[in-house]
Amino acid sequence: MTDPIYKTDALIAEDIDAYLEAHQHKTMLRFITCGSVDDGKSTLIGRLLYDSKMIFEDQLATLEADSKRVGTQGGNIDFALLVDGLAAEREQGITIDVAYRFFATEKRKFIVADTPGHEQYTRNMVTGASTADLAVILIDARKGVLTQTRRHSYLVQLLGIKNVVLAVNKMDLVDYDQATYDAIIEDYTNFARSIGIEEFVAIPISGLAGDNIAAHSDTMPWYTGPALLPHLEEVEISNTVEQEQPFSMPVQWVNRPNLDFRGFAGLVATGSIRPGDSVRVLPSGKTSEVARIVSLEGDRDLAVAGESVTLTLKDEIDCSRGQVIVAAQAPLEVADQFESTIVWMDEHEMVPGRAYWMKIGTQTVSATIQHPKYEVNVNTQEHLAAKTLDLNAIGVANITLDREIPFDAYDNNHALGGFILIDKITNATVAAGLINFALRRSTNVHWQATDIDRADHAAMKNQKPAVVWLTGLSGSGKSTIGNILEKKLARMNRHTFLLDGDNVRHGLNKDLGFTEADRIENIRRVGEVAKLMTDAGLIVITAFISPFRSERDMVRSMMQPGEFVEVFVDTPLEVAEERDVKGLYAKARSGQLKNFTGIDSPYEAPFNAEIRIDTTAMSPEEAADAIIDRLIP
Amino acid sequence: MTQKTLTHLQRLEAESIHILREVVAEAENPVMLYSVGKDSAVMLHLAKKAFYPAPPPFPLLHVDTTWKFQDMYKLRDKAAKDAGMELLVHRNPEAAERGINPFDHGALHTDMWKTEGLKQALDKFGFDVAFGGARRDEEKSRAKERVFSFRSANHRWDPKNQRPELWNLYNARKAKGESVRVFPISNWTELDIWQYIHLEGIEIVPLYFSAPRPTVERDGLLIMVDDDRFPLQDGETPQMRSVRFRTLGCYPLTGAVESEAKTLPEVIQEMLLTTTSERQGRAIDHDQAASMEKKKQEGYF
Repeated sequence: MTDPIYKTDALIAEDIDAYLEAHQHKTMLRFITCGSVDDGKSTLIGRLLYDSKMIFEDQLATLEADSKRVGTQGGNIDFALLVDGLAAEREQGITIDVAYRFFATEKRKFIVADTPGHEQYTRNMVTGASTADLAVILIDARKGVLTQTRRHSYLVQLLGIKNVVLAVNKMDLVDYDQATYDAIIEDYTNFARSIGIEEFVAIPISGLAGDNIAAHSDTMPWYTGPALLPHLEEVEISNTVEQEQPFSMPVQWVNRPNLDFRGFAGLVATGSIRPGDSVRVLPSGKTSEVARIVSLEGDRDLAVAGESVTLTLKDEIDCSRGQVIVAAQAPLEVADQFESTIVWMDEHEMVPGRAYWMKIGTQTVSATIQHPKYEVNVNTQEHLAAKTLDLNAIGVANITLDREIPFDAYDNNHALGGFILIDKITNATVAAGLINFALRRSTNVHWQATDIDRADHAAMKNQKPAVVWLTGLSGSGKSTIGNILEKKLARMNRHTFLLDGDNVRHGLNKDLGFTEADRIENIRRVGEVAKLMTDAGLIVITAFISPFRSERDMVRSMMQPGEFVEVFVDTPLEVAEERDVKGLYAKARSGQLKNFTGIDSPYEAPFNAEIRIDTTAMSPEEAADAIIDRLIP
Repeated sequence: MTQKTLTHLQRLEAESIHILREVVAEAENPVMLYSVGKDSAVMLHLAKKAFYPAPPPFPLLHVDTTWKFQDMYKLRDKAAKDAGMELLVHRNPEAAERGINPFDHGALHTDMWKTEGLKQALDKFGFDVAFGGARRDEEKSRAKERVFSFRSANHRWDPKNQRPELWNLYNARKAKGESVRVFPISNWTELDIWQYIHLEGIEIVPLYFSAPRPTVERDGLLIMVDDDRFPLQDGETPQMRSVRFRTLGCYPLTGAVESEAKTLPEVIQEMLLTTTSERQGRAIDHDQAASMEKKKQEGYF
């Protein structure tokens, strides 16, 4: 057994401050080990933990005792025992995707994703690989490149891990023979090229004996490359590659502590950003400039890929969770149909045509998957015909969204091209997906209008459509309440639309005046528009004086039972007249304005409104809350 | 093109902040479980960073057993105030009524005050997501824990209903009544926590530092006599010993270690050297820490 070279730094005892200073500048490497139990994966990980001194003396004593008792190494230390211990849990039926192990050397902190077992291998490995900077593919030197080596390599390539280490293990069992090693490397090189792995670093090792793990081993003088641990310490991390791309950041949360501050919080996906940089918000396309990069420690002058930041912009432009801020000169594509590669992870097979939630970046949209074009045999990479995808199947299919989203191909940008699919009923994460490219809509797809009815629209928005009909005198507070209500609902992720009396008269109803006939036509049109919107699944809020009972009842009858919520904004005439925010009562009193409700045109108060708001007793906030209580019990 | 290599702590910090923000963006009524220990201190600090200049938009919840160290209560109140956050303290009224205590009731003490207390508090306030400060490196069995851990409406952890976590895409969707425990510092190790506390100047309970404290020896553990509720045996008098604590919980259940480490670097030094040399009392302390963790897992988390 080789002595570990990673002894505890003498600095710890001698100069702890200097030690801490040095260790604060360590980098981090996340890697995945691919291989089955037979390849010595657990032994390798245990060995890495041991050689990096992550094991307490008492643990070592236990390990030595356990090795003698139940070990497979004839009384020698069985490193696999350090990381095993998942077997019992597996027996209990606990799903184990990935176990994460931690160790550190003087140069780096490491997080190892260890994916146990053969079963569920695709699902588990894809999960572990999704966050890995590097993959260690283990090969048993006695067996060479096997089917499972191909499978692991394919998945590593699929998930876009650029750093690949081929660890040819158990060299001690082939007498450290160079010819055996060379033959394996030649074999693997040919295969790797065929699946698009251009570069890899091969290292002959023995996890058990510790050869070429922490340090170069004398047993293989013919090997001149780095030992495994030094390679893991030195390899360049892909973060630097991401930084070289143009800036992009999905907006995660809008920070509005007060009216004077509006910050856009998110994790920078690619590139870097400085105050003064021009940016564009997608999908709206609006541009602005970064004003500040705000942090608890004070404003920063630079942020790079991999950092969680809060930006403020110079202009007040619309930007909310799910949108993406990008460098102004490097906008992303925006599309609603994609070809994507899908890894199915659920026991229930994929249902083509069904809508799933798709979470990509920081937004969740509704997505429908079409029949797979083909399934990929993960062992041979052959394309197979498929009607659906089962658990652990990987296939290529087109996917259609309910709206356009900014995106990038997964190969370019994992954060804006990788997604998960969520079952709308069970809320389970059923698949992982990678966007390959956008489809041109007109050529490829048929509109399925007849198949999607109002129930589907509502289900996609995960809400019950409704019309909140605010009625009351001019100046009673309808628009104020409607506006607050809409904001509150938006915060609850409800899809709403506010139809305001004044605004509608600027467009749709600008040909109408204020005669009784025109007022009725005004309300009829608004009712029809509101009806279409409820068909689309929206919660519609209307703010119209709508003085006549019969018209309000007409609108009520257009809607599905229970969807019309009449809200009587009850403000006494004298109070409304005293407020007179628009100066209309004064004009009406002086005769400049004809047919003004309450003055020379009647207001018929509802008899049985669902909700009555007494604005002399309730604030607009309270009114909005009362309406929400009714809408969303 | 500007290049900047992120350190391991910067990457961990970015990941934790991302998780905190995802929850706030997707949850209806989140809360942060705050136990006043070093992991809670780091988690709270990360929350301040994530939402600055706003205060973290959720309250802190302390599930109190009434048996914590006095220093913990002091820092708890101060930390919440400094962060501008509401502090909710829940004490299981049934446990209070029955006088459940660590001396007479053993495991029931933890079960009633902590496990039941937590469930009561979450139900009472209707929280749908609770942040916890658990880490994957705490013990072998935690290594496979997810960041988002789902609970049924009656707080049961259904192992078959846990979701794969890919990239940084967390699925926070749940049915009415279901809740999620979220662990933003899953990928931090104990050393990362200490280094970050050191680097960021985060305030922690003074009990982590060595000082002369009145202690008695019970079952091989050094227990600090923190108040006059401690039932001294005949002829037993607390002795002043220079001690500190590696983990903090209910004072009658938490073993102290004899130490001279009075500063953060010295504490870290002691911790690091502990990995290579068996120190007096350390094995016991380690067992103690592990069993505390186990309790935490069964109930608390």
